[in-house]
Amino acid sequence: MLNFLARRLAQLIPTLFFVSLLIFSLQQLLPGDPALVMAGEERDPAVIEQIRHQYRLDRPIPVQYVYWVKGVLSGDFGESLRNKEAVRTLIAQKLPVTLQLASMAIVIAFLIGIPAGIISAVKKGTAWDYGANLFALWGISTPNFWLGIMLIFLFSIELGWLPASGYVPLFEDWRASLAATIMPAFVLGNAIAAILMRHTRSAMLQVLDSDYVRTARAKGLSERSVILKHAMRNALTPVITLGALELGTLLSGAVLTEQIFSIPGFGKLIVDAVFNRDYAVVQGVVLVTATIYITLNLIADVAYILVNPRLRG
Amino acid sequence: MKMFRAALSAAALLLSFCATAQAQTTLRIGLAEDPDILDPSLARTYVGRIVFSAVCDKLFDIDEKLNIVPQLALSYDVSADGKEVTIKLRPNVKFHDGEPFDAEAAKFSLERHLNFPGSFRKPELASVDRVEVVDPLTIKLVLKAPFSPLIAQLTDRAGMMVAPNAAKEAGDKFGLHPVCAGPYKFVERVQQDRIVFEKFADYWDKDNVFIDRIVYLPIVDATVRLANLKSGGLDLIERVLATDIKDVRADPKLKLSTAIELGYQGITLNIGKDKAKGPLSQSAKVRQALDLAIDREALNQVVFNGEFMPGNQWVNPEHPYYQKAFPVRARDIEKAKALLKEAGVTGPVNVDFMVPKGVETEVPAQVVQSMAAEAGFDLKIRVTEFATSLKQAEAGEYQAFMLAWSGRIDPDGNSYVFLHSNAPQNYSDWKNPDADKALDDARLVTDMTKRKALYEKLTRLASEEEPILYLYHRKLIIAHTTKLEGYKQMPDGLVRVVGLKLK
Repeated sequence: MLNFLARRLAQLIPTLFFVSLLIFSLQQLLPGDPALVMAGEERDPAVIEQIRHQYRLDRPIPVQYVYWVKGVLSGDFGESLRNKEAVRTLIAQKLPVTLQLASMAIVIAFLIGIPAGIISAVKKGTAWDYGANLFALWGISTPNFWLGIMLIFLFSIELGWLPASGYVPLFEDWRASLAATIMPAFVLGNAIAAILMRHTRSAMLQVLDSDYVRTARAKGLSERSVILKHAMRNALTPVITLGALELGTLLSGAVLTEQIFSIPGFGKLIVDAVFNRDYAVVQGVVLVTATIYITLNLIADVAYILVNPRLRG
Repeated sequence: MKMFRAALSAAALLLSFCATAQAQTTLRIGLAEDPDILDPSLARTYVGRIVFSAVCDKLFDIDEKLNIVPQLALSYDVSADGKEVTIKLRPNVKFHDGEPFDAEAAKFSLERHLNFPGSFRKPELASVDRVEVVDPLTIKLVLKAPFSPLIAQLTDRAGMMVAPNAAKEAGDKFGLHPVCAGPYKFVERVQQDRIVFEKFADYWDKDNVFIDRIVYLPIVDATVRLANLKSGGLDLIERVLATDIKDVRADPKLKLSTAIELGYQGITLNIGKDKAKGPLSQSAKVRQALDLAIDREALNQVVFNGEFMPGNQWVNPEHPYYQKAFPVRARDIEKAKALLKEAGVTGPVNVDFMVPKGVETEVPAQVVQSMAAEAGFDLKIRVTEFATSLKQAEAGEYQAFMLAWSGRIDPDGNSYVFLHSNAPQNYSDWKNPDADKALDDARLVTDMTKRKALYEKLTRLASEEEPILYLYHRKLIIAHTTKLEGYKQMPDGLVRVVGLKLK
């Protein structure tokens, strides 16, 4: 086990190095000159030249890369070309927002998706099943931005219950924070709930058909105990893995949803940075996201081994 | 579901309590984009200028009729040879950190605009050779050559005064915490989320400042911005869509303020840098034909519900510098076809039409495309992401380019950089010595009648040669709740916060 961990941690270093190289070089392929974008309407050649020099954009790309990696290794991700804010500060500002939104979304997804999947599997072929399937189809096929705008119209304009957009940090005022994030979290969670429901349903159907469930029933256990204690536990393992993967996706930012609800999270940060050719920000955010992904992956692998002794060896 | 609804309404209720518990007044303004850095020397976006107008006062300002009025200055005087501008400063003005505003501070600010590394104000103040302190409340700008648009430049960012000590200390980080002499002072900013200002107790005109706090919230989606205004989450929003005007007018709780923009929307035609040497670049007649094929009024009706203003010059038809002798021409397909024939062009004229991505550019481009097709043009629309389109425009890799200009107060700012040969934004690469002379001469004279006569020459040349097809002028549309009183729409579209009251 220790060996395995050490090996996996050692693999992290070349992976991250490769990721950093990839981020840096892909970005250079983007057409458009950051100095020109930065200048906006004030495109005076002398000033633009000065900006290029100031941000080392006039240096060869490998030199720029070395400067960046050097900074990153000492904890300095550089500063935003657009507003001179340190990239580290920007990430520290946005990451908690995205974490909160993603966690809320995944909780909502589990709360809706799993019960719906179980019910539709247990009551297969009934109105319950069709209803749940219809919901899943709707959830998968409803575009986020549309649902978001509809929710705003209903809850903010018609009913006036919730703020239409904006964000309040959790620790500043948790009630206002929940009020501001419940709609976007629902929009995100809704789509994932639909996927989870489909998977739960098919896993449950499979398990319900298996021998041990028949045995449990033959033992005379109550149906409730058979489903919740025996069938569900086994069926949920793949679903939870799926949920963890979806969480990873959510953490890299939910661009459209964040845009509509004006949630200042990772998605908004990176999209704005790409359009503004704010290289330092793009590099920093992608590197952090990649690291989160890789770490989640590692944790999942370790958890698998802990849960399933057959994989230890 | 019941639980969910109960929880929601509980949350909403608590939220409303929090809002009413505050006794002080807060003005919440919805912006269409997140502003860039709040440093007057380094800033470069329109949306940033909206925010600046609450925090950084300028030497001069404009009024509703585009007249230049004093702000931190009291008056100015131009010497007979036009090379010295003496500016008297307002006494008893303080910066947000308590530093007094005087001639030394003004000199510092102007020199910072001129010398700070990467300053975008340098080209705007390029005519200034040096700044001299005459007495504690008077400065003198010594110019390299007479430059009549100078005072107009000082009504914008180049005229913004920053607190010298704070600026020296913060260096290039000044924009993270600006210290100026405006009606409000900076409190905090969370990038892409909010900018918060509070009333400055020692403002020189404090008797006219009534609102305690201002919060600027960037909300990119126009529909959501409007939804926030309707739901009471915002008090004022900028850049309402032309197609939403009806909706706003129908709402008794909202008020609409509009002004025709100082800039223009148009199509730049590649004359000098077209590598393919297409007919459009080679013959003014072909460009004339394209112009005549466009029905500007129909374009306005179809795309913008008739809310914008058709135009044909670099200033809008209501602007004091508009040349009435050159009105917007009606569409004339027959004449367009005849001109193409005269130019010896047969078959459809293929044009590589570069259009930056976005509904406000793509839709009018499509309408122009179909209009031009009837005269014998085949405009091939190439939708390009904005940053890329600028790069390609500079390299001359296009034949027609849908490009907008946000506009400047002085007509020089709308014409010189685009039409003078070798000027930085002359993407068309149009070179005409007579036009150059008119542009240069207009910078030397201050008398409006004389300047207008010079610009008339330029208008004639530009409408014959057509380096840019000016199409229309947008309306700057601002909507606010009826709770907000005293709002006055300025021609530059910026929100002046002095004099505003919240009921």
